[in-house]
Amino acid sequence: MKVRLKFSILGNICLGVLLSLAVSAAEPSSSVTIPEPPKAKQNFSDTQECVAPIDEIRRNHGDYLKHHRDQTMHHGIRTTQHSLVACINCHVTADSKGNYPNIKEEGSKHFCNSCHNYAAVSIDCFQCHATKPETP
Amino acid sequence: MNEETSPSHDRRDFLKTTAVVAGLTVAPGMLLYGISEAKQDDEAVSSKVRWGMLIDTSKCADGCDACVTACVTEHGLTEESTPETKAQWIRKVGLRDKQTGKVHSLPMLCQHCESPPCVDVCPTGASFKRADGIVLVDKHICIGCRYCMMACPYKARSFIHETLENQKPYSPRGKGTVESCTMCVHRVDDGKQPACVDACSKDGHKAMLFGDMNDANSDLSKKLKEVNSSVLRPDMRLNPGIRYQGL
Repeated sequence: MKVRLKFSILGNICLGVLLSLAVSAAEPSSSVTIPEPPKAKQNFSDTQECVAPIDEIRRNHGDYLKHHRDQTMHHGIRTTQHSLVACINCHVTADSKGNYPNIKEEGSKHFCNSCHNYAAVSIDCFQCHATKPETP
Repeated sequence: MNEETSPSHDRRDFLKTTAVVAGLTVAPGMLLYGISEAKQDDEAVSSKVRWGMLIDTSKCADGCDACVTACVTEHGLTEESTPETKAQWIRKVGLRDKQTGKVHSLPMLCQHCESPPCVDVCPTGASFKRADGIVLVDKHICIGCRYCMMACPYKARSFIHETLENQKPYSPRGKGTVESCTMCVHRVDDGKQPACVDACSKDGHKAMLFGDMNDANSDLSKKLKEVNSSVLRPDMRLNPGIRYQGL
């Protein structure tokens, strides 16, 4: 009985600690800035902003890109709807001086990294792929 | 016994007729494919095509490196590197006959073999041959082990030792992977010629001829039928897509 009591006290303490942690995590921290990815150059169509509805593309863009990369690499299918190059061409925009954001900079305004840094999801795409549209 | 077999006859007849109908519906599609030159963007590459090249060594000028420069510009092979580790997708090779002293100059690139040794040895499946005969490295899968570099009898592959920046959008390259001539696959899929071939004809040498080896009416096939051409290391029976004339 004594042992059981001890356990229940310990359990209560643990729960309390967890709750306080959860509360502190939910509070907005001043050191992390909410990402503001730059606007794309154009809308996909009159009724749709991106190549898929926004909710869908936010959730599934990784899968779409991965599927498309294999289609292009192995079967030579070069449609632009889910191609990384097309994403970059539309979403990575130059500032007023014509400079494109550097993806490696801390707090970069690069479209992909602005969100991925916030979500702490590291992506390897840009070790090989171009980070900006091709400039003539 | 007869009663048992008669239903299967019906089944056979049914299959025959469906086969005829299917054949009819497929035929116009095939015809369309034959007429249209360039591949549609959403169309997968097919083994009906085999891309190849004929290089006339008698027209290839000694000291000219237009093809190499074009390749470097096209794919952005401009990183700082040591001469030993520099990426070479195409290089000029000089050959001299010891007996006669006759000198040949020719471009060496990935030979896009029909049975590529690099694909045989690749432990991850990163080295592969596309249906249209172009041999590529899927750098998403490449682990940089360099078995393919050892297996290639033409020394056509390079390994990237440096962290790269400012790659071309259509030619992604990165540290720790093996790469080689892609036959400018992005241009070929777009209905154009590889950059080296364009540069060679622009310079007026016209030593490189690119085309579909499976299409009897292509300029390449006609030329191959007409002239003596050979492959490098025929003893290995790799049946390369790159053939040389005048060696």
